[in-house]
Amino acid sequence: MKTKTGFGIGFFASVLFLLTFIPFGPTNPGLKVGDIAPDFQLKSTSGKMVTLKDYKNVKGYIVVFTCNTCPYAQAYEQRIIDLHNKMAPMGWPVVAIMPNDPSVQPGDGFDKMMERAKEKKYPFEYLLDDGQKVFPAYGAVRTPHVFLLDKDRKVRYIGGVDDNSEDETLITRRYVEEAIAAVEKGAEPNPNLTKTVGCMIKVKK
Amino acid sequence: MRKLTLLAALMLALSIGKAQKVYESFDDFAPLLAQTQNDTTYVINFWATWCAPCVKELPYFEKLHQAMAAQKIKVILVSLDFRKDLETKLKPFLEQRQISASVAALVDSRQALWIDKIDPSWSGAVPATLVYRGTQRQFKEGEFENFEDLQQFVLHFFDPKN
Repeated sequence: MKTKTGFGIGFFASVLFLLTFIPFGPTNPGLKVGDIAPDFQLKSTSGKMVTLKDYKNVKGYIVVFTCNTCPYAQAYEQRIIDLHNKMAPMGWPVVAIMPNDPSVQPGDGFDKMMERAKEKKYPFEYLLDDGQKVFPAYGAVRTPHVFLLDKDRKVRYIGGVDDNSEDETLITRRYVEEAIAAVEKGAEPNPNLTKTVGCMIKVKK
Repeated sequence: MRKLTLLAALMLALSIGKAQKVYESFDDFAPLLAQTQNDTTYVINFWATWCAPCVKELPYFEKLHQAMAAQKIKVILVSLDFRKDLETKLKPFLEQRQISASVAALVDSRQALWIDKIDPSWSGAVPATLVYRGTQRQFKEGEFENFEDLQQFVLHFFDPKN
């Protein structure tokens, strides 16, 4: 949390963390659909410190736990860029969070994240889960792992982006887009929970 | 046309090696999870060449396969590598490692439809391991620390009390 933005923000963020995480307790298995997701303050490859409440005029957030190194995250990289480009103008930006410990997975270090974001011209914020506090609070276990939040940070959908990891031409369900369409109509997404193969989030033993 | 391309990919994929079988569809793979009429213990590990913790634990499965060769046990290493990587990544990997346990590739990329059928508690992250004999089942998401850890996980299926 200690960054060039100084001690003040770092301290404030720590307090924010404590306040937001206390209700869940230490053995929180993660968020379920219907829960209110905690906000966070994380540094982005754009140079900013990012919190959800700083987003203006949004209808919700597509929070994606993803990384540089996982082949499944790579398979979804362009689709996540496309998703942001399509949905952000409608009020649903992608907020990407890299949850791996860079000391375990050096390819996911912040400098590498910046390289990747620049190279692929990420149109969304790409945040480092510095200290690895956010992914456990959300209950993310793999990359990529999507948590769709409405503007009140209520979890509306958890899971994959769509139903075909390898071949985009064979996609029959675009889960995230469908979930957003449902929320916009005032309906419950169906499904509101899907599973996909992915890489385990890397933590130090 | 799509079908033809798929077929061509399948033919290519089928050549990944003598012992390897490629499952295009989960429905074809599912019977491997349901051999409940015999007394063989099935150890089914889900892995991929790109998954570092999976690759690290593969030797434990290979050792298990060799150490328990006299027992009624079948170790199946199910690769979840992408279809496009079977020829270029999985095949060279297997040749280099000289793995004697059986290897299968499950390339049905509609994973949302089948992850729960392997185990409802599975999030989809690899590695993951399912062991079963008859109706007795045990599932683990995550890697084994060492060979002994894996052996313990499997051995109680051979406990005479069971």
